[in-house]
Amino acid sequence: MGIVRVRVEQTPLPGIGVRHDLVTSSGRTVGVVSHRNGRRDLVLYDVDDPDSSLASIPLTDDEAEALADVLGASLMLGQLAGLRQQAAGLLTEQIALPAGSPFVGRLLGDTRARSRTSASIVAVLRDREVIASPVPSFRFEANDVVVAVGTRQGLDGVTAILAGDTDG
Amino acid sequence: MNHDTTILLIEIGALLFGLGMLGRLGRRFGLSPIPLYLLAGLAFGHGGVIPLSASEEFIGIGAQIGVILLLVMLGLEYSADELVDNLRSAAPAGLIDMLLNALPGAAFALVLGWDWKAALVLAGITWVSSSGVIAKVLGDLGRVGNRETPVILSVLVIEDLAMAFYLPIATAVLAGVGLVDGLGTLAVAVVTVIAVLVIAIRYGGEISDFMSVKDPEALLLSVLGMTLFIAGVAGELKVSEAVGAFLVGIALSGPVAHHAVQMLSPLRDLFAAVFFVFFGLSTDPNDMPGVILPALALAVLTMLTKVLTGYLAARRAGIGLPGQVRAGLALMPRGEFSVVIAGLAVAYGVDPRLAPLATAYVLITVVTGPMLARLPDYPWFKEIVRKRMAARRTVKKPLAATD
Repeated sequence: MGIVRVRVEQTPLPGIGVRHDLVTSSGRTVGVVSHRNGRRDLVLYDVDDPDSSLASIPLTDDEAEALADVLGASLMLGQLAGLRQQAAGLLTEQIALPAGSPFVGRLLGDTRARSRTSASIVAVLRDREVIASPVPSFRFEANDVVVAVGTRQGLDGVTAILAGDTDG
Repeated sequence: MNHDTTILLIEIGALLFGLGMLGRLGRRFGLSPIPLYLLAGLAFGHGGVIPLSASEEFIGIGAQIGVILLLVMLGLEYSADELVDNLRSAAPAGLIDMLLNALPGAAFALVLGWDWKAALVLAGITWVSSSGVIAKVLGDLGRVGNRETPVILSVLVIEDLAMAFYLPIATAVLAGVGLVDGLGTLAVAVVTVIAVLVIAIRYGGEISDFMSVKDPEALLLSVLGMTLFIAGVAGELKVSEAVGAFLVGIALSGPVAHHAVQMLSPLRDLFAAVFFVFFGLSTDPNDMPGVILPALALAVLTMLTKVLTGYLAARRAGIGLPGQVRAGLALMPRGEFSVVIAGLAVAYGVDPRLAPLATAYVLITVVTGPMLARLPDYPWFKEIVRKRMAARRTVKKPLAATD
């Protein structure tokens, strides 16, 4: 995902574990304390006293993973939005899988969308979750929303394929 | 079963049950169980309310094991790399800590007219903060993520490491060995500690691999056995059992250390409780009233020097004023190590007033320390600190303008 411009500082906590923290561009400090026993705390720091933690939120493995996913996904969508502005002619679009789509229950690879339209399916949104970079063996479900990147023509092609307007 | 054995069971059983109840009560008030165990020991000891008859010898051996388990667990918490890194980065803080806290203890003993052996012991008692109590306080107050916390921890780590040199010296001096033998013991201790650190850094993985994690029972027995064995050998070499145990803890790392911590924790809790009670037992409560005032004076003095230590160490690390104050106030409680050192002195029979003084001193610091550590969280305290910072800023501004 490009060059890391943010400086994440790592501090050992002898007997406890390790703390990672970073100062955001808005001046706030956010940290994660990884305990040696596997516990993880998300730490938010005070504005007036940047050495002091305002809140320390213990996260289970699943919660930490979910949070990382949400952040990672929103980051990716943000970068896609940026890409749209940067590269002229290249568009990002969210395409809902129509209820009657022939691809509900079928594999992403079956659409052969990239070879036929040269537009790429870069993510699938399902139940407010983002599945980034789905593999060809990814299986579509009803109500999936596809995020695709391509030219106007390519994106229209993907829409048509997913709707079953062209024969696969 | 003969009569003595049954009496022993009754006494030990009643004692442990009582300690359990006390610990529960203490937790309700946010109090560390250490002072409660010490008080229980006082109550049961010579001249106490209900003297124990049959079980004192048994408790004595349990107390020995308690010290060893306390130390091996402490060693397990740190890896050799961590110790060396800390020594490199925070050595000045450790030095400030020693000068500010050990010297007042020694001076105090000399002012009371005690001999220099007692002065050496009291220096150790006032020097070392309680890593167990402080780690608990930091967790309870939600300060583990704070930026001054690594400063506090590194001071504690250096103190613990320093004990690996202090305890052999103290043991040698108390045993009354001559200067040459004393230096010999110190040399053995230094070489042993450095050798263990080097071996642990280079070959820690192999040592730990040697003990399988898969069989918990075998792991428990082998780690406990190795710890007691090495502690015993260290004791024979006059390097002190505690240091031997500490070094075993450091040498173990990775999954073995992780599992050993989980398995030894209940044992440590049991025997450490016995240890604190035993120390209380060896103190006659009738001696306490006479030492309360000196203990209070010493506590106030050395709690202030600890505040200064934390303040300076945090300032050195670039922490702001509120964090400096928090670091200082957090470092105040003395606990297990001070009792270990005092116990050593009692075993070798230094000044009889030392044990009651140490008991009173640890009781005062361990009870008031965690309470005072909460001060920075109160709004009125924050307000004072904020005003101080604002005052500083206005003082600094004209200076900056003249530049």
